[in-house]
Amino acid sequence: MSGMSGVAGEDNIELGADDRRRVRRRSLRLLKTLAGPIRGRLAGTALLVLVSAGARATLPLLVAWAIDSMLPRVIDGDLAALGFVGGAYVATAITAGGLLGVYTWAAANVSQAMLLDLRLRVFRHTQLLSLEFHETYTSGRVISRQTSDLETLRELLDQGISQLVSGIAFVLFTAISMFILDWKTALVVVGAAVPIAIIFRWYQVRSELVYRESRVFSARVITTFVETMTGIRAVKAFRREAAGDEKYTDVAHEYRDNTLRSISLFGILQPVLMLIGNLTVAAVLLVGGFRVLDGSLAVGALIGLLLTAKRVFQPIEAIAMFYNSFQAATAALEKVSGLLEERPTVVEPARPQPLPAAEGAVEFKRAVFGYGDGPVVMEEFDLTIPAGQTVAVVGQTGAGKSTLAKLIARFYDLTAGELTLDGVDLRDLSQDDLRRAVVMVTQEAFLFSGSVADNIALGRPEATREEIVLAARAVGAHEFIESLPEGYDTDVNKRGGRVSAGQRQLISFARAFLADPRVLILDEATSSLDIPSERLVQQALERLLGERTALIIAHRLSTVEIADRVLVVHDGRIVEDGSPSELIAAGGRFTSLHQAWRDSLT
Amino acid sequence: MAHHQRSGRADTRTTTLTETFGRLVPHLRPIMARLVLGGLCALLASVVALTIPRVLGWLVNTVLTGEGAASAVWLGVAIVALLGAFEALLIWLRRVFVISPTAGIETSLRLNLFRHLQQLPVAFHDRWGSGQLLSRSMGDLSLLRRWMAFGSIMLVVSSLTVIAGLAFMFSSSWILALIYLAGAIPITIRAFKFRTVFRDASRLSQDQAGDLATTVEEAVHGIRVIKAFGRGREALDGFHAQAQKLRDTEIHKARTLAGFMALVVALPEVTLGLGLFTGLWLTADGQLLVGDLAAFFATAAFLAGHVEGIGMLLGMTLTTKTALDRHYEVIDSPATITSPDHPRVPENPAGHLVMRDVSFTYPDAPGAANVVDGLDLEVRPGETMALVGGTGSGKSTLLHLVPRLYEATGGAVELDGLDVREYDVEALRTAIAVAFEDSILFSSSVRENVLLGARPQPGRTADDQLAEALDVAQAQFVHDLPDGVETLIGEEGLSLSGGQRQRLALARAIAAKPRLLVLDDPLSALDVRTEEAVTARLRSVLEGTSTLIVAHRPSTVMLADRVALMEHGRIKDVGTHSELLARSAHYRFVIAAGDEPPSVEEVLDTEDTATEGDPA
Repeated sequence: MSGMSGVAGEDNIELGADDRRRVRRRSLRLLKTLAGPIRGRLAGTALLVLVSAGARATLPLLVAWAIDSMLPRVIDGDLAALGFVGGAYVATAITAGGLLGVYTWAAANVSQAMLLDLRLRVFRHTQLLSLEFHETYTSGRVISRQTSDLETLRELLDQGISQLVSGIAFVLFTAISMFILDWKTALVVVGAAVPIAIIFRWYQVRSELVYRESRVFSARVITTFVETMTGIRAVKAFRREAAGDEKYTDVAHEYRDNTLRSISLFGILQPVLMLIGNLTVAAVLLVGGFRVLDGSLAVGALIGLLLTAKRVFQPIEAIAMFYNSFQAATAALEKVSGLLEERPTVVEPARPQPLPAAEGAVEFKRAVFGYGDGPVVMEEFDLTIPAGQTVAVVGQTGAGKSTLAKLIARFYDLTAGELTLDGVDLRDLSQDDLRRAVVMVTQEAFLFSGSVADNIALGRPEATREEIVLAARAVGAHEFIESLPEGYDTDVNKRGGRVSAGQRQLISFARAFLADPRVLILDEATSSLDIPSERLVQQALERLLGERTALIIAHRLSTVEIADRVLVVHDGRIVEDGSPSELIAAGGRFTSLHQAWRDSLT
Repeated sequence: MAHHQRSGRADTRTTTLTETFGRLVPHLRPIMARLVLGGLCALLASVVALTIPRVLGWLVNTVLTGEGAASAVWLGVAIVALLGAFEALLIWLRRVFVISPTAGIETSLRLNLFRHLQQLPVAFHDRWGSGQLLSRSMGDLSLLRRWMAFGSIMLVVSSLTVIAGLAFMFSSSWILALIYLAGAIPITIRAFKFRTVFRDASRLSQDQAGDLATTVEEAVHGIRVIKAFGRGREALDGFHAQAQKLRDTEIHKARTLAGFMALVVALPEVTLGLGLFTGLWLTADGQLLVGDLAAFFATAAFLAGHVEGIGMLLGMTLTTKTALDRHYEVIDSPATITSPDHPRVPENPAGHLVMRDVSFTYPDAPGAANVVDGLDLEVRPGETMALVGGTGSGKSTLLHLVPRLYEATGGAVELDGLDVREYDVEALRTAIAVAFEDSILFSSSVRENVLLGARPQPGRTADDQLAEALDVAQAQFVHDLPDGVETLIGEEGLSLSGGQRQRLALARAIAAKPRLLVLDDPLSALDVRTEEAVTARLRSVLEGTSTLIVAHRPSTVMLADRVALMEHGRIKDVGTHSELLARSAHYRFVIAAGDEPPSVEEVLDTEDTATEGDPA
């Protein structure tokens, strides 16, 4: 059983043979699927590189040809030859330079297309992954996967195509011409392939480890950085700057040492390749020298062979550089492909059942829930909430109130049983239909960069400004928004746009108001509001909830007052269920709850 | 979401190349010797590379055409092998000399940036997305290392090679050399325009990449909201548009470079074409030797690679320059909240807080109304003062002024008779502990999170401190976590509920044993019973600790000795709860006494003990 599925075992550096093969394959497969859609353009770019390199290789040949063949004709007064040579040279030069420009541009296009493709894939996939995943995989890692890991791919693509294509073409060209010149000498040169293969293999094994390590270490640097910056208030208030420095210094040094190791590896590969090349030239001299001595090779031919042999090895450096970036990029893609391999536990159906206009009837049938393979959190239960009902859920912290809410919002799926909206299983609904019908306001009211209006518009992106203002008015947020420096256009990150937790909750209520769903879930969404604000929200809710289905989790009894029905949740079970008056009469938990409330009012 | 360009950078002042790179000099000075040695190795390697073909030709022509002894062949082989090994050695040495010190500079700049960012005021961090900062700390600095280790050295080596090559060319034929040199004029002119366009494009792409990282960061941190509203598609669309913009900038940048490189490669060769034309004519005319013509073109062919290299390196240098500009932009942002040169220590540290005519307005919104506006307030030693006011009245901002997380723009905040600005910042923040309205927890164990600000106390173990803080904050739930207090709580404590997070944040403030406890509505997600228990325990355990607490509910207020009513950035009234109820209509409006019933949990908890063993 492989321990390297998805992001599991992501921090392991030394892998068993099976795991290693698996992650390498996964990484290469990802690279292939990225290259697939643009293979035509890739080939075109490669062709441009070839022609341009060919043209540049022709230039010295033109000079030689000019001196050997044309010069005598010019001396004879053939001025046309002069013009012909000059013209041919200029034309080739323009071709070489022009094509270099074109392929530089084309390579950037190809590289950026692949990069954009991957960026979107990773972003989309990260968003699709369920909360369970996000709760264990830190945001720092997600960010590191989407920034520095993708950066290595970009480094490969930017220079890689021209390095690889022109390098290989040049080596092949020169090697073939050597075979044509003198196959015996060519064999000596081909013999160099053996030590080259050995050193590449040596480099492959080591660089793979070092680069794999590099991704882990850079993710650590990034995670530490991001966590410190997002928690800077607490860092400052509790004087953790020095401790933060220490931790960051550790991870940054770890990362630096790794960088040094990877560079040093390449620092050995490169001179060794050069050494092999130079020694091969010496070997050609040795073999050729003796053949000159015994008269089987002309001196002039030997010079030609030696220079060609020297030239064969020139592009090897570029190929080595390509291979270096390739190793770095595939190590990064190991991690990225792992992330992409993670399957969301909550998936959108392939063939969703349409629900264009929901009524809002929610029903649990023989429902059981536990996180992943963990223990059961909600024991088997049935629950029917007819459309338009306002249900208050009460219970102690940890009793399972939030779980109930998150199930209806489909943050999680049931372990067993069924949960339907208007008779349709939630798992058969498209995201669009589900989100149009069900919206949840969470405890944390996160604001995104952008204006206050943008943040409210999150509830319904196509809303007009009037609608946004109306929603803000409805929940009593209008006044404070107007008092901000630029009103609704105030950037929440800038110019005093920082708003308090209570104000953030109001904004998130306005979002929900604007979203106008059939089923509204409020998960202790009023906790940070002061009493007047809460009262306003309450009034807004009463209007808003009119014909809507609502599930309200609150720890204030005033909220319960507006409910048609109350559920008392205890230890993962619904222990009481009925209208407030029924429950009051029943003599259970809610009875005493209500009694206490009555007492406080008198 | 993702629709805005939102890095908090100020308008960037254009700096020259020398200005920007000049700032590196202090860092470079200690490693200059190694850089020069590295450069010399590179230069020498390129000389050896040039020499080898000549040596080969010479060997074959002289040694082998003579009487031709086997020993002569061996000698030749030995020379070539040695030269070859020497070249490889030089290449290896070049890296050995430069790699480690340049990686050292990269890391020290990275640490420096981090340190500085930690010193920069909260107001700075409000404006800057952490993705934007991250890109400056990672990508930009690794670019700098590569430029120092490779780009700068190769730029020098290639330039010297080209100059030497030109000298060679002049010795072969000055007319041809002049023609070749003439090609440099249009390139130089073009280079100026290229510089401006490419520099701007490179800066733009780096900024956009940073903004993209910020979007990625927000999309992860805000994932619940995105999911709750089903805005995954909009988030993706926003990201898509931004990523496309970055791609377009990158392609624009590449096209600029491509155009310039085409010119750099084609133009010298075109002038060589003219040179060939002229050269052939001169040679035919007898004014130039064939050998000189051949030598001239051999040199030109050799230079072509270096000329191209200079073009590429110029691009790299510009990119590095903009990356450095971005780095220094952050470094140059002043850490405005620092300790004075001669910090003072209060004579009577009792936790006495006095605010005199305090005003605050956000630093980048000088025209806007003051958030705190000429406020006066006193918290006496050992007293618990509740701060009550409507949403947006400035309570949270006010609390930030006490430990100097924001700096008051007017008036004075005094703790124990000293202005907070007279304290050593660390000493000040040791004296004050804050529990924020959002509970910021870090990815580590419960223990580390709670003991974050705790100092060792004589006669008490860390375990005692931890147990006490958890007990006071009613956070006994941690003992039910899988590994108890050693349980790693996820990033920002995400796997805990809001109420649980708040209790840990509160325990942290308590464990710090401050003189002044500042609590920003830290109990909002708690039920009143827990809140009451917490406050009661607080009073007994932290005897003599002054407390300033933002309160939204009467239950909290009634536990305070006095209440300050805040409205529009000012304290409108101070008194006991009943006094204020009696005389302030606004207070009655805000706190709405009598309107608040006990919480659901409170009653249930009571019930729970009463109905034990009775499955309802």
